[in-house]
Amino acid sequence: MRNCSSSRLVLWLSPLALVLLTGCQGGILDPKGQIAADEKSLIVTATLLMLLVVVPVIVLTLVFAWKYRASNVNATYAPKWAHSAKIEAVVWLIPIIIVSFLAVLAWRTTHALDPYRPLDSDKKAVKIDVVALNWKWLFIYPELNIATVNQIAFPKDVPVDFRITSDTVMNAFFIPQLGGQIYAMAGMQTQLHLIANAAGTYDGFSSNYSGAGFSGMKFNAIATATPADFDKWVAQVRAAGQPLDIDAYRQLAVPSENHAVAYYTAPTSRLFDAVMHKYMAARTSLALSEEDIKLDALTKRLCAPAAARSVN
Amino acid sequence: MLLGKLTLDAVPYHEPIIMATMSGVGLIGLVLVALITRYGKWGYLWKEWLTSVDHKKIGVMYIAVALVMLLRGFADALMMRGQLAIATGGHLGVLPPEHYDQIFTAHGVIMIIFMAMPFMTGLMNIVVPLQIGARDVAFPFLNSLSFWLLTSAAGLVMMSLFVGNFARTGWVAYPPLSELSFSPDVGVDYYIWALQISGLGTTLTAINFLVTVLKMRAPGMKLMQMPIFTWTCTWANVLIVTSFPILTGALAMLSLDRYLGFHFFTAEAGGNAMMYLNLFWAWGHPEVYILVLPAFGIFSEVVSTFTGKRLFGYKSMVYASGAISILGFMVWLHHFFTMGSGANVNAFFGIATMVIAVPTGVKLFNWLFTLFRGRLRFEPPILWTLGFMVTFTIGGMTGVLLAVPGADFLLHNSLFLIAHFHNTIIGGAVFGYLAGFSFWFPKVFGFKLNPRWGKAAFWFWQVGFYFAFMPLYVLGFLGMTRRLNHTDNPAWTPWLYLACVGALLIACGIACQLVQLYVSVRDRKQLADPTGDPWNGHTLEWSTSSPAPFYNYAKLPAVHDIDAFTDMKEKGVAYVVPTSYEPIHMPKNTAVGIAIGAFTTALGFAMIWHIWWLAVAGLIGIIGSMLTRAFDDDLDYYVQPNEVEAIERERFERMGIDVDAYSEREPARKPSSGVKPATLV
Amino acid sequence: MTSYATPAHGHDGHAHHDSGEQKVLGFWFYLMTDCILFATAFASYAVLFRNTAGGVSGKDIFELPYVLVETAALLLSSITYGFAMIAGQQGRRTDVLAWLAVTFLFGAAFIGLELNEFHHLIVEGNGPGASAFLSAFFGLVGLHGLHVTAGLLWMAVMMFEVIKTGLTGRALTRLNCLSLFWHFLDIVWICVFTVVYLKGVL
Repeated sequence: MRNCSSSRLVLWLSPLALVLLTGCQGGILDPKGQIAADEKSLIVTATLLMLLVVVPVIVLTLVFAWKYRASNVNATYAPKWAHSAKIEAVVWLIPIIIVSFLAVLAWRTTHALDPYRPLDSDKKAVKIDVVALNWKWLFIYPELNIATVNQIAFPKDVPVDFRITSDTVMNAFFIPQLGGQIYAMAGMQTQLHLIANAAGTYDGFSSNYSGAGFSGMKFNAIATATPADFDKWVAQVRAAGQPLDIDAYRQLAVPSENHAVAYYTAPTSRLFDAVMHKYMAARTSLALSEEDIKLDALTKRLCAPAAARSVN
Repeated sequence: MLLGKLTLDAVPYHEPIIMATMSGVGLIGLVLVALITRYGKWGYLWKEWLTSVDHKKIGVMYIAVALVMLLRGFADALMMRGQLAIATGGHLGVLPPEHYDQIFTAHGVIMIIFMAMPFMTGLMNIVVPLQIGARDVAFPFLNSLSFWLLTSAAGLVMMSLFVGNFARTGWVAYPPLSELSFSPDVGVDYYIWALQISGLGTTLTAINFLVTVLKMRAPGMKLMQMPIFTWTCTWANVLIVTSFPILTGALAMLSLDRYLGFHFFTAEAGGNAMMYLNLFWAWGHPEVYILVLPAFGIFSEVVSTFTGKRLFGYKSMVYASGAISILGFMVWLHHFFTMGSGANVNAFFGIATMVIAVPTGVKLFNWLFTLFRGRLRFEPPILWTLGFMVTFTIGGMTGVLLAVPGADFLLHNSLFLIAHFHNTIIGGAVFGYLAGFSFWFPKVFGFKLNPRWGKAAFWFWQVGFYFAFMPLYVLGFLGMTRRLNHTDNPAWTPWLYLACVGALLIACGIACQLVQLYVSVRDRKQLADPTGDPWNGHTLEWSTSSPAPFYNYAKLPAVHDIDAFTDMKEKGVAYVVPTSYEPIHMPKNTAVGIAIGAFTTALGFAMIWHIWWLAVAGLIGIIGSMLTRAFDDDLDYYVQPNEVEAIERERFERMGIDVDAYSEREPARKPSSGVKPATLV
Repeated sequence: MTSYATPAHGHDGHAHHDSGEQKVLGFWFYLMTDCILFATAFASYAVLFRNTAGGVSGKDIFELPYVLVETAALLLSSITYGFAMIAGQQGRRTDVLAWLAVTFLFGAAFIGLELNEFHHLIVEGNGPGASAFLSAFFGLVGLHGLHVTAGLLWMAVMMFEVIKTGLTGRALTRLNCLSLFWHFLDIVWICVFTVVYLKGVL
C-alpha cells in the first residue's frame, strides 16, 4: 500500500514539475504581456490557496486508509461514532474561509481583468477590428486604412483595442501569451484589450470549435520592438495589399481552410459595422438614423452572398 | 417521397471503417439471435426481461445499455486519442474532420446521456426501492416505459453510425453552427431526437422515484432516516424534474428553427444564439450534479459499509447534497464567462460556483471522518472510493480555478477544461458507478464479482486515468485548445503520446472488467452469497435474499434507525422466520413499454429523415398503445402466501436456518450454520 | 416483537401500486416540469419580443377584443370543468358527461379561435419565419395551444371512459388529473394574455 501511494504522489507531481520546465515554450504559463501575466499569477495564487485544503485532504485520505485498515487491530475502532459538533463546525468552516478568500480575489480580479476595460497607458492604443470568417480571421485597422488576414502587428508596450465580431458561426479570439480569450459572435460586438510587453511573434487562434476548417483557423500576432518597426510593417502591408472593397470581402468570406496571410489596403469604410449590422438590423424595430440608413445600403450589398456563407 | 431524405447514399458503404464496424455489429447481432434461438430463450427473454416491470430487472437492463454504450463511447475516445497522437507535426492523421468531428460529438453525447445517465438510473432502479423497503416503484409501467424510451434514443444514436451521420457540432450543439444553414444534413437531427426522447424518459423516471420515496417508504422510515444513496438520488431527481424541461424547451426551439424556419437562435431575422447557450447550460450544469450526486451517495454507503461504521455526519451529508442541488442552478453562466457579460455578472457567477466547493468539501471531510477509527476492508468498492477521494479532490480544485473568471479567460475551452471535467466525471461519477456496480452486484445476481480482477481493473483505470488526463492539464497550460483535428506544436507531442497511453491503460481496465464478469459468472458457485448480506451491510437492501425475490420483502420491514439493517442485526431480529405470510399485491408485466419504445424509434427516425407518413404512424402507434394500457383492467395480481412461503423457506434453508424450528415468538438471533455471522473480518 | 411492520388493515397491497393518491402526486410533479417548460418559452419570448427584424410588432398584430373572447372561452371552460368535478364527486354520471361536453366545446372554440388567428397572421406574411419576435410568439402561444389540444383529446377519452365504465375510482382519479391539467393551462393562459397580448398592445 505504501508503495502505491507514494508512486501515485509522484504521478501527480511529475506533470506539475514538467509544466514548470516546459513553461518557457509558449502557452499561458509563459506570458508576454501585462494582462496574461496578471492572469497567470491569478492562476498560481488561486491554486496555492486551494492546495492548502487539497493536500491535507489527499494525505489524510491515504493516511486514514492505511492506519485504519482492518488488519491493523491496534487502531481504535469506534463503529458508532458518527457525530461531533466540533468536527462538523470545522469541516464547514475551513472551506468557507478558503472560499471567502477566493471570492474576494475573484471579485477584484474579475473587475481588474475585465476584457472590456481599456488599459491604463499614456500611449495611444492601436485599434483593430476583428471579423471571424470560415475559417480565417480578417483584421481591419480602421485608423490606418489597411486590413490583413491571419496576421496582426502592433508595437510592444502599446495597448491594443480589439472590437470583435463574426460573419459566420461562433468563434473565440485567443492569443494565449498576451491574455484571455473572448467570443466572436455574429451580430454582436465583443471587446478585448491586450498589450505585449516583449517583442515577438505569438500564436493566435480560434478557441471555439466552428466546423471543419477550425483546426487551421490560426494567425500570428507580431509585437514589434519599436514603433518604427510597426510602421515598416504597415508600409509593407500597403505595398503588397489589394483593395478590400465589397466584392473582395465577399470573395474572402467564401469558406476556405488554412488560409495564407493576406494584406489589403483601403478597406471599405465601416465594413466592420456593416458586417455586424447585417445581423443586428433584425434586432430592432426602431427608426434608423441617417448614418444607419447609409450603413443599411452597405449592409444590403454585403448580404447578397448569404448562400455562399453556408457550408455547402 | 416515400422515404423523405433517405436514400441509399445515406449508408456510408465507401467508408471501410464504418462498414467493418457495421458488419462486426451485424455479426454479433446474428450470433446473439442464433444463440437465443438455439437455446430457445426468446420466450424467457420476452417474459422475464423485455416486458418486465420489476425495478430490479429494469435496472439491470439500464446498466446493460450503459455498458454497451460505454464500449461505443470509449471506442470513440480511443480513436480521438489515436488521431491526436498521430496527427502532430504537420501530419493530418487518419480521421479527417468530417469523421473526427462526429466522433467527438458522439463521444460526449454518448458518455453523458447514454452511458452515465443509464448507469446512474440503473443503480437507482435496483437499489432505491430496496433501500426504502418498498416492493416496487410507484409506477412500475412508467418505469418500463422510461427504460424503453432511453433505449429507443440510444438506438437512434447507434443508427446514425450506419445510416446518415451524427452531428459535427460538439456535444453542446451551439447555434448558429447547429442551424440548418451550417449543418444541413441529418446529424443534428439525430442529436435532437436522441436527446429529446431520452430526456423524456429521464424526466418520467425522476417523477416516478420522487413519488416512490415520498409515498412508499417502509413503515417507520422518516425522511431523515432514508439511506444516504436514496437521499442523493432524490436530490438528483429534484434536479432532473427542474432542469430537463429546459433542455426539452431549448431543443424544441432548435427543432422549430431547423424544421419550420423559425428564428429562435439563427443569426438572421433577430434570432439570438446566446439564448441557446444560457438555456443549454441552465440544464447542463445541473446535469453534472445529477450525475455526480448519486455517485456521492454510493461512496457514502461504501465507506460506511467497508469501515464497519456509521456514516459520519449523516445530516450534514443530506443538507450538503441539497445545497449542491440548489446552488447548481445558479452557476450556469460560468460555462461562458468569455461571452462578454461584464465583470459584475461574471464575478457573481464565479463566486456562486466557488460556494459549491463548500458543501462538496464538507462531504469529503465527512468521508474522511468515516474512515477515521474504522476497520477498513480493501474490497474493490472501497478502492474505487479511495481512488475517487484522491482524484476528485484534484478535479474539484481545477474546477474552482476555472470558476475564477480571470483564470477562465486563459483556460476556457482549453484541454485544461477537458481534463477538469473528465477528472470530475470519471473520478467522481464513473468511479462511483463502478463502486456501486461491484457493491450491489451480489444483491442482483446472488454472487460476488471476482475481487482479483476487480482490483486489477481498478488499478488500470486509476493509473490510466492519471496518464490520460494529467497530460491534458499540461496541454491546457501549453495553450492547446479543444476539438482540434491536428496540431503542429512540437512541445505538445509528448503529452499527446502520453495521453494516448493513458487511454490504452483504461482500455486494459475495461478489458479486466469484461474478464471479471466472465470469470465471476463461471465461478458463481464459489462466489455465491447465500445470506443476502455479503459485506455486513447497514441498510435494508441487505436484509433480503440475494438475488432479492421479485416482491423484495415477504413482509415489509419496520425501520427504527438510519442504518436500519444494522439496527435489526443488533437487536437480533435480522433473520426472523415469519409464522405466516399474506398475499402480496404485484404489478403484471406488460409489452406496452417496449411497444411504445418501438413506435418512438420509428417516430424519431421518421422525423430525422422527413418521412412524414412514418412519423404519423409512429405517433398513432404511441397514442394507441397508451390507450390500450389505459383501458386494460388486467394490470396486477396477488402472490399467494404459499408461493411466498416456498420462496422464503428455500432462502432460509440456503442460509442454514431451520424454518420449522423457529417461530415468530422466538426469533433466530443468529443463523445457526452455513452463514457467516455478522462479525468483522 | 418482530422487526416486521404489522400492515394496517388492507393497507399492505393497494397502497403500494398506482393508487390514486400517488397518481395525483405524480401528476403534480409532471405539472411542475411542464411549468418549467412554459417558463423556458416565456423566457425566450422576453428575450426575443423586441427583435422584429423590421417587421410587425405586437402592437401591429394583436387584436385585444378577439383575444378577450378566446380568454373568456378558456376561463369559462375551467368553470364548467369545475362543475363536472363536483358532479363527479356526487356520482352524477350524466351531469359529468354534460359538463365535460360543455367544457370540450369551450376548449375547442378556444383552439378554433387560436388557429384562425395563426392562419390570418401566416397568410399576411407574419408567420413564425418572419422574425424572431414572431418565432417566439408562435412558439409560446403554440405550445399552450398544443397542450390544450392534448387536453381536449384526453377529455374525449375520459368521456368515452365514463360512458363505458361509469364513475369508477380510476375514472375519478383521471378526471382529477385532467382537472389539474386544465386549470394549470388556464393559469398559463392568463400569463400568456398578460405578457404577450396586454404588454404587446400597451
